[in-house]
Amino acid sequence: MSTNVVTLSNAVVMHNDFALLSGVDLTVEMGSLVVLTGANGAGKTSLLRLLGGLVGLSDGEGVVAGVSLRSGDRSELRRRVGWLGHEGSFYRDLSVLENLTFAARALRRPVGDIAPALERVGLATRSATLAKDLSAGQRRRLGLAWLLVRRPELWLLDEPYASLDDEGRDFLDGVLHDVVAAGASVVVSAHDPLRSASLTPTTYRISGGRIVGHA
Amino acid sequence: MMRTAWLVATKDLRVEARSRVLLWQVVPFGVLALVLSGLALGPAAAGKSSAAPGLFYLVTLFVALLMISRSAGIEHTPGTRESIATLGLDPAGVFLGKTLALTLELWATGLVLLGGSVLLLHTSLVGTLHALPSVLVTLGAMGAAGTMYGALTAGVDGPATLLPVVTLPAFAPLLVAGERSFSAALHGGALWEWWLIVTVALVGYLAVGVLLYGVLEES
Amino acid sequence: MKFTQRYLGVATIVTLVATIVLGLWVTPPATQAQGGDLARLLYIHPAIAWVALYVSFGTTTVASALYLWRRTRSMVMDRIAYCAMEVSVVYIILTLITGSIWGRPTWGVWWAWDARLTSTAILLVLALGYLALRRANDDPEIRARRSAVFGILIALNVPVIHYSVLWWKTLHQGPTLLTPGQIAVHGSMLWTMLLSFFAFTFQFFWLLRARYRVEEQATQARGIEQADAIAARQREGA
Repeated sequence: MSTNVVTLSNAVVMHNDFALLSGVDLTVEMGSLVVLTGANGAGKTSLLRLLGGLVGLSDGEGVVAGVSLRSGDRSELRRRVGWLGHEGSFYRDLSVLENLTFAARALRRPVGDIAPALERVGLATRSATLAKDLSAGQRRRLGLAWLLVRRPELWLLDEPYASLDDEGRDFLDGVLHDVVAAGASVVVSAHDPLRSASLTPTTYRISGGRIVGHA
Repeated sequence: MMRTAWLVATKDLRVEARSRVLLWQVVPFGVLALVLSGLALGPAAAGKSSAAPGLFYLVTLFVALLMISRSAGIEHTPGTRESIATLGLDPAGVFLGKTLALTLELWATGLVLLGGSVLLLHTSLVGTLHALPSVLVTLGAMGAAGTMYGALTAGVDGPATLLPVVTLPAFAPLLVAGERSFSAALHGGALWEWWLIVTVALVGYLAVGVLLYGVLEES
Repeated sequence: MKFTQRYLGVATIVTLVATIVLGLWVTPPATQAQGGDLARLLYIHPAIAWVALYVSFGTTTVASALYLWRRTRSMVMDRIAYCAMEVSVVYIILTLITGSIWGRPTWGVWWAWDARLTSTAILLVLALGYLALRRANDDPEIRARRSAVFGILIALNVPVIHYSVLWWKTLHQGPTLLTPGQIAVHGSMLWTMLLSFFAFTFQFFWLLRARYRVEEQATQARGIEQADAIAARQREGA
């Protein structure tokens, strides 16, 4: 039985005659932290979207969380992953608590898991605040709370460190450390390798839509 | 499926209650459109109840377009779509939930416009009340159809112009059936054919939506 | 496939020529009350309308359904549905034009708000909406899925056309061919009209086949471009 949560072989993703990914080879072990670094337009977000089942495979092979990207059900894959993008992950006109309650009920998670998640991300006092009234950093924390309630087996975080101050970066490092220690697999995209004392990620460099080496 | 439908419907209605776009933008637009339609008919014809059913449904069509766009747009703000996709909600339940929420909003707006029809276009109160069941069912069919067409055009290039192009022709039979049944309620006449058309449309769109909404979500 | 194309072409030409010859020179002119020579539009308009509303839309609907069904899902079905809808637009326009040509001397106006004409015009806009929807989606898979669903939705509207003739106060000729015991066209005129149905149906499938081949070649050309695109992208990162 494979111990890899992600196995990609020459994965290609096309969009409008442009190769977003031009042949990615990647393996991610279960319970590990992987960081994808590269310049803007290198293909980091596209790779994360492929892993999340949000775009289809145009060529090559891939298995993510036990689901084949070629022949499997992408909706089943999406149920197994958690996504945190740039803009946030929720309904702007609902409050913090309403968003998390919706996610919990949708996933049949106990609503009682929400309070600890809010406490963990430091939004316990902002539960009645509408998502659109949160700062960018607070929206990021809400997205993390969303994932903590969801507890997916694969976390996909698209440039979560962008625009964070030192305190924010330390906080995020702590969350990722706890998540990986609990057995989840995490793939993070970033412009540069992580500079963290508590995390020991495997870091790959992406360029031209494929992985070109370790960073 | 029904659990998901209830979850999504309450979410959409909560978003609407919070944002109040319906109350402060859509309903005023509808009332203004009724007034403008009276102006367009000219002073002699404005206020003639014979034109009221058609004007009511014509205004309702344009109001529905705004509401369909809003309903679909809730799911397609940047970031939201990806996260909702990863929740693994039953697509049929999502369709029914959004249809329910959109229909309730259409009913609320329709009731205001019916009041406008009595006040501005001088339809009889008794006749208008007699038309109420057919209006509610017609708006329900619009809700089901609108949810499908909204999902069909969400996230594409130029959704604001594409939605009317694909939706209004499909709404034409509903406009016809609705106008005929409203007129029949006001002035007498056969109703069952128009009830049949609206019911077939409602059942048809509900069936297609339950079966195929997941295909649209996949795309 | 070339075999099919050739025989389909021959059948189309033979039946069309036969329809024209029979329709213009062999069949007797109708009485003045029935429209005189104008009634010879009988050998064109109903057949074109039949192809526009049932054959072409039916082809799109069936191909769309086959695309949506996982067992038969393929881009071939998507291409068939798309090409059929393109050809359908041409036939719908011809239906409206021939209908107006008949209507002008009959009703005194080029356009009457008759249920069948109006519904046909609505279907034309729906068909154009289908083509607009395809142009708004660049991703082939997304475009195929959305078009297929829209193809099914359009099919819901086609029955309205048929029943609207029965239920609306209308100026249009009733559905004479589909009402048993009430056929109003007799003898050689009837046979010529039925022949025209075959002729225009063959013509539709002939045009569809030709249009499909163009679309297939365009798709193959895009495949070659994909390999170039991948190579260019890889060079970016080198």
